[in-house]
Amino acid sequence: MRRSWWKVVCIILLFYTIIGGFLLPVPVRFILNETIRNLYFHVPMWFTMILLFGISFAYALKYLRTGNLKYDIYSVEFTKVGVFFSIMGMVTGMEWAKYTWGEPWSNDPKQLATAVCMLMYFAYLILRGGLKDEEKRAKISSVYNVFAFALMIPLLFILPRMVDSLHPGNGGNPGFNSYDLDSRMRMVFYPAVMGWFLLGYWMTTLRIRVSLINHERDNNFEIDA
Amino acid sequence: MFQGHLFSLIRKDIIIEWRQKHTLFGVLLYVGSTVFVVYMMSGQPEVKIWNALFWITQLFVAVNSVAKSFLQESAERFRYYFTIVKPAHFLAAKMIYSVVLLFIMSLVSLLLFNLMLGNPLVQTGLFVIITMVGSISLSVVFTFLSAIAARAQQNAALMAILGFPIVTPILMMLSNLAAKAISPVYQPGWWTLALALLLLDLLVVVLGVILFPFLWQE
Repeated sequence: MRRSWWKVVCIILLFYTIIGGFLLPVPVRFILNETIRNLYFHVPMWFTMILLFGISFAYALKYLRTGNLKYDIYSVEFTKVGVFFSIMGMVTGMEWAKYTWGEPWSNDPKQLATAVCMLMYFAYLILRGGLKDEEKRAKISSVYNVFAFALMIPLLFILPRMVDSLHPGNGGNPGFNSYDLDSRMRMVFYPAVMGWFLLGYWMTTLRIRVSLINHERDNNFEIDA
Repeated sequence: MFQGHLFSLIRKDIIIEWRQKHTLFGVLLYVGSTVFVVYMMSGQPEVKIWNALFWITQLFVAVNSVAKSFLQESAERFRYYFTIVKPAHFLAAKMIYSVVLLFIMSLVSLLLFNLMLGNPLVQTGLFVIITMVGSISLSVVFTFLSAIAARAQQNAALMAILGFPIVTPILMMLSNLAAKAISPVYQPGWWTLALALLLLDLLVVVLGVILFPFLWQE
């Protein structure tokens, strides 16, 4: 129980996010109106995704330094959950954009950047799928993970400069930072980010446990009665 | 010492290329037929389309010419190189060789583009320089990825899957840079963009040199 306090925190924060996110007052903005509440769901997905990919990157580095297959399992599970959050972020964003920008896909640089990230990590999963040898798979995919993540970060900063963004807060569009009323939204936004990230982390730890058990079983040559 | 190894590795690659002329001419023919197909599909397009088509052609030429750098070597030969040279030298030699090869192919395709799809260039010299930067960017990325694909015992298709997401932003930067050489428009931040691209290339090389030794060990 002492070690799982953060899971309790996660549940409380997410309940607060969902109830508070739908019921607490939000500033009224032209066009955005009530869709501004998507901030509590859509934006934390991206933060969680980046954090999970970051952790995956760290474990890939750790694997390359130590050669311990455990870290490779950590790394790939963080990536898989990160990909899941990227899909959720894309879906919530496109749903929102359909009503706010008029169409789900409108060549927004942040959408493009995410699509690029998603393609990179899909390629990572395909690369892993093609390799049967465990050690080799771990090594090659860790190398690609480090390479892709290290290149993704600068690209995320460069891409938005190439095309004008439609996102709130970019290119003259009103965002939630540009007004004084935003403190009400921050009351929900920061807990939401924490809550969703903890959820992602929790999901990953469960997946890691399953993978480790499977790994143990596959590499155990003892015949038990 | 460094110079000696690097140069002999590059020389070895060039000699192999020259002895196996069919692969070199194969790539040349690939460039020629790609441009011809593009010409048959588009005729003489307007400036912006011309630019886009040119860079897409570069992408495909890069995949096909650079893919050879690692994929043509056998696993046994890798083991032999492993015993005699440092991994950083080996990767650097492959990268330099790919850059040279792709730059030549780029010039050929630029010539063919001018011949068939019309000549919209206002600053030819600048465009050639950007083509060179483009060759560097594309070949360093694909050289490293072809090393990954070779270690995974896969074909060039895997290299393309791994590489396309990474080179998409690079191609966008290149075509934006090239727009200056094509139409006389005012582009604020052109130098920043050029600098960003060069830094990105440097990052790819540094990452490659750091990560390649891991890839190489068995």
